[in-house]
This record gives sequence, C-alpha cells and structure tokens, in this order.
Amino acid sequence: MNIVSWFTAPENWTGSGGIPAQIGYHLLYSAVALLVALVIAVPLGIFIGYTGRGEALVAGFANALRALPSLGLLVLLFLIFAPVVAGKLVYLLPTIIVLVLLAVPPILTGTYTGIQNADPDAVGAARGMGFTKPQILMRVQLPCALPLMISGVRSSTLQIISTATIAAYLGLQGLGRFILDGRAQSDFSQMAGGAILVAVLAILLELSFAWLGRVVVSPGLRRTAAKSSSPISTTVLEPATP
Amino acid sequence: MNWLSSNIDRIVSLTISHTWLTLVPTVLGLIIALPLGWWAHRFKRGQAAIVGTAALLYTIPSLALFILLPTILGTKILDPINIVVALTLYTLALLVRVVADGLDSVPHDTVAAAEAMGYRGWQRLLLVELPVAVPVIAAGLRVAVVSNVSIVTMAALLGIPQLGSLFTQGFQLRLYVPLITGIALCVVLAVIFDGLIIWCNRLLTPWRQRTVTS
Repeated sequence: MNIVSWFTAPENWTGSGGIPAQIGYHLLYSAVALLVALVIAVPLGIFIGYTGRGEALVAGFANALRALPSLGLLVLLFLIFAPVVAGKLVYLLPTIIVLVLLAVPPILTGTYTGIQNADPDAVGAARGMGFTKPQILMRVQLPCALPLMISGVRSSTLQIISTATIAAYLGLQGLGRFILDGRAQSDFSQMAGGAILVAVLAILLELSFAWLGRVVVSPGLRRTAAKSSSPISTTVLEPATP
Repeated sequence: MNWLSSNIDRIVSLTISHTWLTLVPTVLGLIIALPLGWWAHRFKRGQAAIVGTAALLYTIPSLALFILLPTILGTKILDPINIVVALTLYTLALLVRVVADGLDSVPHDTVAAAEAMGYRGWQRLLLVELPVAVPVIAAGLRVAVVSNVSIVTMAALLGIPQLGSLFTQGFQLRLYVPLITGIALCVVLAVIFDGLIIWCNRLLTPWRQRTVTS
C-alpha cells in the first residue's frame, strides 16, 4: 500500500528528481552507452565474421568480463579518473565505460556468429549470380545476420538498463537514485518504487525488441530464423571452452 | 598493505559468505532445473511456456529483484535469503532451457540403442540421456556460476555483507587496496568454480576424454 501511495504522490512525478526526469536520465545514460557499444561492436563483429580472425580472443574477453563485477569496475574506474578528470565527467565517464564494456560482447558475438551462420545456400547463390565479396557481405550475409544481431543488441540493452542503476552510486541520476536514496533514508516504498520502475522499463524494452525483430527482419528469413533460434541463442549464451 | 593485515579476518568472512551466496543458489537452481528442463524437453508445449517465463524472469534487474523479493517472501531487506532466492531464480531461468537443449541434443541413435538394450523410462533417462547431456548442462552451469559471483556483489548497495562490501568501502575511503582485493577475490572465486565444473564434467563423462581436447 505504501508503494502505491509512493507512485500516486504527485510530488514524485514533478521536478528534476521526479519519476519522469529520472526515467529520462536512465534512458539517456543507456542510449549513450548503447550507441558507443554499437559503434565499437558492429564494425568489429563484421570484421571478425568476414575474416574469421580474432574469434578466440573475443570469446576469452567476453568470458573474463563476465567474472568482473560491474560495481567493482565502476569504483575502480572512478578512483583512476578522480585525480585526472574534472567536473561531472569524473562520474559520467566510469559509468558509461562500464555500461559499454557490458554491452559490447553480446552485440559482437551476435554480429559475427550471424555472419558466419548465414545460409551457405544463399551465399553460394549470390556468388553464382556474380556478386563480389563485399556485395555478398552487404546484401546477403548482413541481412541474414540481422536476427542474431538484434538478439545481441537486445541482451546488451537489457544489461545496460539493469546496470545503469549503479550510476546513482557515484551520485549521478537515473532510477538507481530512488533505490539508493530510499536505502539511505530507510524509505522502503521509495526503494521498491525505483525497483519496480527499472523492472518495468526492462520488460517494456524486451517486448519492443521482440516486436522490432518481427518488423525489421526480412520475411524470407523468418522461417529459418524461427527454426534455428534455439541452438543459436544457446551459442550466444555459452562461453567457448578455453 | 596495512589495511590488508588489519582486515584479514573480515576479508575471510566476506569471502566465505560470498561463496555461500554463490554456491547455494547455483546448486538449488540446477536441482530445480533438471526436472523442469526434462518436462520442457518431453512436452513441446511446455517448452514454449517455460522458455518464455524464463526469458521474462531473466529480464528483471538483479538489484530490483533483491528489493522486491522481501515484499513477496515477507523477509527483511537485509536478509541474505533474498539474494539466495533471486540468484536461484536466475540460475533456474538460464538452466531450464540449457537442460532442455541438452536432452534434445542426445542423438536418436543413442536413445534407440539404449531402448534396444532394455533401458526403459526413468532408467533410460537417468543412465543414458542425462549423462550424455552433461557437457551441454555443464557449459550452461559455468555461465550461471560465473555470473552469480559477480551479481552477488550488487547486494553491497543494500548493505548485505559479501565481497562487494569491499567495493563500497573502497569508494568511501577512496582506497585502492580494499577495492582491488575485492575484485581479485571475485575473479579467483569465479575461476575456481568454473574449474570445478569443468573438472566435474570430465569426471562425469569419461567416454569423452579422448575427444575433449579443447
């Protein structure tokens, strides 16, 4: 009941610390991190998928990163930047870097496995039609890779949204503010309110990605994508055995 | 370095609670995932429902789950039970699907051969199909345990003691030593648990030893 009254209190919906503002901050940090991650991961993934080089390195990097706790990494980066960087950047940079590091591996894996798993018949047909290698990449392999790329971006986005709560630990804004302020003030309804908002935001994004996958992916691929979805998504989840 | 020697007792106790908070949910999650995964493997209609629920569960951020579980369970916010339940749910969500995939991956020839040799029902499942599925399940378990080690540290934001408490302490004191100690111990724990699963996997699948060179 307390949680309900926290949500219905008008003062929680206005001002710079209100719910809409914090959702905005949360999405802003997330969007910046996702954009940087895309700029890094997509070209790199295309390179790895196209040349077949560096796959083991990337898999090892992704595994090592899974073991690194993001909160620890955040504080470490903060301590490193604190003497060098001035102003708000000293909080912003560590946050964004941690989020980017979390987001790169799924997009990277999705991109290169997508390119490598492109239907060999389609690639062969394109070659038979006289496509050059770059043409095959742009017009056949990349569209074929799209379902896996989207699923990579999806898991990255969810990771970012759920981890962006720790931005508040360094004193930044975002939905983590409610959780940490609630904790500091022993105000459980505020904490729970923040937690519910993050969870709802994550679930909404998950659903919109499911929708996006249906709209963007070429209709010709849908059948094969549905058929192969289960073994491929487990390869994204599972680490390569070192 | 002075900090290390004067806090050694605390570091040991944090490491021990971290170990418990990681291992108990991983084992519980595996135990629950085995029958559920079998069910999803056996009944295709169940698979869609289970995989969908698991995906949705996995979407909920860990910190949010740590905070919301007390309202459902009636526990205190600082109760480590919340962490155990939350991580059990995550492990379960990941492994149900892995167990189903693992059982799906058992070659039909193997199943047919077992059937011909007189293995029936439960016998065939426990003595043939499950052992053959072990490598797939172990791969999933490795992901689960390594992520659990790092998810546990988020509980430091709520004040539940484990290795993540060293991160918050490092931040408050602006000190590298506790922070690095915490991160290093987390990585060491992850490597140990990961290695333990690889070792169990070898032990449980002796027939694969010649092929498993990777």
